[in-house]
Amino acid sequence: MAPIGLDGLAALVPDGAHLALPPDNSAPPSALARALVRRAARGLRLLGVPVSGYAADLLIGAGCVASVQTSAAMVGEAGLAPRFSAAVAAGSISVIDATCPAIHTALQAAEKGVPFMPLRGVLGSDIVAHRPDWTVIDNPFANGPDPILLVAAVAPDIAAFHAACADAHGNVYVGRRRELATMAHAARRALVTVERMVEGDLLEDERLAPGVISGVYIEAVAIVGRGAWPAGLLDEYSLDGAHLAEYGALAATGAGFRTYLERYVLKGEAR
Amino acid sequence: MNPPALEERLIAALAALILDPAQPPVHHVAVGAASPLPAAACWLVKLAGHDMRLSLLHRPRANPFTEGTRELFDLAGQGRIDVFFLGGGQIDGQANLNLIGIGEWPGTTRRFPGTFGAAFMYFAVPRTILFRLEHSRRVLVPRVDIVSAPGLSPPGVWRRGTATALLTGRCVFRFDAPRGRFVLASLHPGETLQSVRMATGFDFDGGADVPTTSAPDAATVALLRGAVCDEMLGTYPEFCRRVWGRGVGRERAGGE
Repeated sequence: MAPIGLDGLAALVPDGAHLALPPDNSAPPSALARALVRRAARGLRLLGVPVSGYAADLLIGAGCVASVQTSAAMVGEAGLAPRFSAAVAAGSISVIDATCPAIHTALQAAEKGVPFMPLRGVLGSDIVAHRPDWTVIDNPFANGPDPILLVAAVAPDIAAFHAACADAHGNVYVGRRRELATMAHAARRALVTVERMVEGDLLEDERLAPGVISGVYIEAVAIVGRGAWPAGLLDEYSLDGAHLAEYGALAATGAGFRTYLERYVLKGEAR
Repeated sequence: MNPPALEERLIAALAALILDPAQPPVHHVAVGAASPLPAAACWLVKLAGHDMRLSLLHRPRANPFTEGTRELFDLAGQGRIDVFFLGGGQIDGQANLNLIGIGEWPGTTRRFPGTFGAAFMYFAVPRTILFRLEHSRRVLVPRVDIVSAPGLSPPGVWRRGTATALLTGRCVFRFDAPRGRFVLASLHPGETLQSVRMATGFDFDGGADVPTTSAPDAATVALLRGAVCDEMLGTYPEFCRRVWGRGVGRERAGGE
């Protein structure tokens, strides 16, 4: 699999796509999100795995998003997601609230090809009443009444994330971030930005293989140095707290967000 | 040495709650997202020499999870985590938590970040310690606008535990789950039963002889400013800078 350009990768995300994205602590495809803003993507239905960060907030602020399913939206160390909050207040996106393990469970059901999976807890949360795709049954294996939540499988159209490297077979290395593997397994297609291409076959290295997602799940790869920035990547680079603080301050207002886009997004990735 | 800062008192109070002798011993404590005070309290307990496993979800280096962030919830689901920490934009007198928002669903008057894993962890972990610095009638309400995670469940609903305590910027409450009531356990310096009642939107129990929340001793303060801060810098540089004046150099220049 030969790598393609970042704009080519962004072109593979159609308007209206159901797009799964990891948050700031889990190798988000930040550069791809900026490329989607530049190509003026519209109507995206985001899934936070299991929460949403900078990439989702940026897409929401730029008007690329119709809905977001997430367990929380947070930028950086503890900052609010300003464009998410503003969009909820304005009613300009629809929010489907979840709780972290329910999103993991929904993706695990999809990767197994089963229609639903049970999850303990959650009963009595107002979230349940707002989820037509969740239902409560009595545990059929219990002797007495034992209500338990069933979560419908979620198979996103696209999983997108950043990874350390890829090989010519389309295998990508994500290390310990195995929620990215669940995402890739569950989604119909996975689009990945990487720091670099490597020679050989990542799956032939016994020490690397447990951190690899097989190319069978990967549709396309683009090389983007520091493609997770301002989030971090494994042990390669750290989250840029100063930049996320600047983002948080600017994106607190619509005008400030436009300034952010002009300064860091619309001119391209050259930094 | 400067006297303990408010945050240092709160960290020490959380550590005392983790080690509460009235509760079963803690073998494994986990800390989720956006939780610098609980993370510091856990490091304090561990670095003071208590044999306890500590799993920090957001630790960027040497993170304990190798199956992704879902492993935290899988561990809790199996009962392998003894203590967890939760906060809330609103907390009510029955220990219901609202992390979603104020007003109409889904928080159209004021949106909070969201529920994170609270709707699961509150049920799966035997003991949850609640923390929220802002102690006001805006936060501690008679009834939450939206229930992210209920404090109590009807009989027959699977649940290992609920809140055992709530730490705020003014006091420590215990939660009496059978009665569904908070009980005032200690007052931070400068607070009175009256001042806490004025600032609390829900009714709670508490008598005349409420003790003052213990201040950390000099050795504890030294540990916080040294080894605990060292462990916290990678995950919470902004918190370390604000409380301990560290993490301004390399960490700020190169990001977190």
